[in-house]
Amino acid sequence: MAELNNFSIDGVKCMAREGTSILEAARQNGIYIPTLCNLDGVPPKGACRVCSVKANGKLLTACTTKISQGMEVENDTPGLNELRKSIVEMLFVEGNHLCPSCEKSGDCELQALAYRYGMTVPRYPYFYPKRVVDASHPKIVKDHNRCIMCKRCVRAIKDKKGRSIFVFLNRGFETKIYIDPELAGKLTDELARKSVEVCPVGAIMLRGEGFKTPFGKRKYDKAPIGSDL
Amino acid sequence: MAQKVTISPVTRVEGHGKVTIHINGQGEVVQSRLHIVEFRGFERFIQGRPYWEAPVLVQRLCGICPVSHHLAAAKAMDVIVGAGTGYGLPPTAEKIRRLMHYGQIFQSHALHFFHLASPDLLFGIDADPEKRNVIALATSPEYKHLAVQGVMMRKFGQEIIQATAGKKIHGNGAIPGGVNKSLAPEERERFLNGPEPLQIDKMISWAEEALALFLDFYGKNTDMVDNFSRFPSNHLSLVGEDGALDLYHGRLRAVDAEGKKILNDIDYQEYLDYIGEEVRSWSYMKFPFLTGLGKEKGWYRVGPLARLNTCDFIPTPRAQEAFEHYKSRTNGKPNDMCMHTHWARLIETLFAAECMKELLEDEDITGSELVTAGKKKLEGVGLLEAPRGTLFHHYRINRNDQIEMANLIVSTTNNNQPMNEAVTQVARKQMNGQKTITEPMMNAVEVAIRAYDPCLSCATHAIGKMPLKLALYDSKCRLIARRTR
Repeated sequence: MAELNNFSIDGVKCMAREGTSILEAARQNGIYIPTLCNLDGVPPKGACRVCSVKANGKLLTACTTKISQGMEVENDTPGLNELRKSIVEMLFVEGNHLCPSCEKSGDCELQALAYRYGMTVPRYPYFYPKRVVDASHPKIVKDHNRCIMCKRCVRAIKDKKGRSIFVFLNRGFETKIYIDPELAGKLTDELARKSVEVCPVGAIMLRGEGFKTPFGKRKYDKAPIGSDL
Repeated sequence: MAQKVTISPVTRVEGHGKVTIHINGQGEVVQSRLHIVEFRGFERFIQGRPYWEAPVLVQRLCGICPVSHHLAAAKAMDVIVGAGTGYGLPPTAEKIRRLMHYGQIFQSHALHFFHLASPDLLFGIDADPEKRNVIALATSPEYKHLAVQGVMMRKFGQEIIQATAGKKIHGNGAIPGGVNKSLAPEERERFLNGPEPLQIDKMISWAEEALALFLDFYGKNTDMVDNFSRFPSNHLSLVGEDGALDLYHGRLRAVDAEGKKILNDIDYQEYLDYIGEEVRSWSYMKFPFLTGLGKEKGWYRVGPLARLNTCDFIPTPRAQEAFEHYKSRTNGKPNDMCMHTHWARLIETLFAAECMKELLEDEDITGSELVTAGKKKLEGVGLLEAPRGTLFHHYRINRNDQIEMANLIVSTTNNNQPMNEAVTQVARKQMNGQKTITEPMMNAVEVAIRAYDPCLSCATHAIGKMPLKLALYDSKCRLIARRTR
């Protein structure tokens, strides 16, 4: 069994087994570090940078960095929280996120982070990218306007042979989530439902099922994201 | 010298509009128009969206009556998901939607009467604009209780909406084929027997008091109320299957100025066979008409006045009693007196309160069967009677469930020609032969528009000093004088 390491987060003494990520170690010690692209059960990607912390003075993503003996982690500081807020704002302006008519509203992690970090309106200019709704798959509808390229669906939704059903298509600003045409038929009802669940925003929707959860019963209606820690 | 009088913006209505009045060299009004100067574009930008988003998205048209758009879109989507046209939903779903709708009618009518219209009635059309507003009402020792009553009636209606739609404004309770929640038993108990004033019996008695207040005003100002603006027209609304006043569902009926049925209880899925829309270059609002009568003669009124002209009776006892009194004033014939719209609106407010009580007492309202579906269709029409009149929502989707066409005919659009008629009539009466155009004359024009409670878009209200602009032009459209208040 791995050795126990002592480290600290914002001056609070913590312990975790060697090889644990800062993110996981923080959770084990009851400390919240925000995440967006991270998903339990799949390898971390460090794509969104929302979990950025300072480890021994260096800016690193908590999901991909492992703790070490005596590490000093800065997490809930005004500077880091401002950085996180900026990242969330940039994600908002990069796509077309219209919360009032989005069925994920209240269950959306991006929206919940915006609330948690006090985003009122983005400080950056909107891109207003021209993106479309792709409703060609019989089970799900993809709204590219809302996709934040977190790759959760790519990493988590796989067929029985372990092949990713969702893939990235194109490059740079033109990148979009695409269903591998050869594997489209492998998206079972169960996987379709799971793909909606793993999407942190409303980019993947189950056909005809929107708005079934009333206000007050959505994930973040009662308490901000991270309140469970 | 010829003049052009502009009233912009029109105040104490929902949204932005302006009025222009052209006066010739002899001081006669030769043309009056109500221009709607906003452009919204909902019919276009909803294209491509999944159909189940429509009830939540389209309601953003308005902040005063979003429930109407929410439910009209949901009714259209009921057709699309094969849940039937109005009567196919589980009883709980239909009753929750009706409760939501009557809560909306109640709060919107209370808003209009107490906040927007009553300053004109209680202080006078020619009163100082500084005093002719809801703030003056709220600070007046004589009328303070009315302002409070208006606020509390709105609050009750809004809380009914919150309990059924999830939020007071822009909820998501109605979904294609049903609703996403029923009424919690404790909420039901609070509305029925909670502490005063926010309980249903108090609302019914306040609605009756508001009606009595209007009738008292009417008794003292009969000539003005009867003759301020009146002109014959056709009238259109939904009526229940049995001819009863029904604001949520029914068949489409129109009567002419004599009360003869000219649209005989048709299925509104077929509305395109009977209703056309004309575009005129000077307004963003279209002009609907009954195609059977043509553009010139086919225009019609909608709203409270029209509804009480088309329906045969009101299915709740107190409102029916008030209805009989109201109908006796015109010997059962259609009522064409614009200011009687306030009377009709208050009868409907009472009706809405009585309907809410019936629904709250119904066991189904807390039921658990919420949604149904059947064979999918690619097209659906949803109609209901919004506070301001008949509201049409028509959608067509493609095989991928995306909306490819939306046509919305909102209540105020239906009243476009009647409002223009009213403006012309009042402008002529007030301004013909006058050397100067005064503030009370301009307000009289607004009073005529206000009787229709137009919702020109989302809510924008002026309080205190109303930002009216008046510009006088000569016959070559050169500005010769400007007044601002």
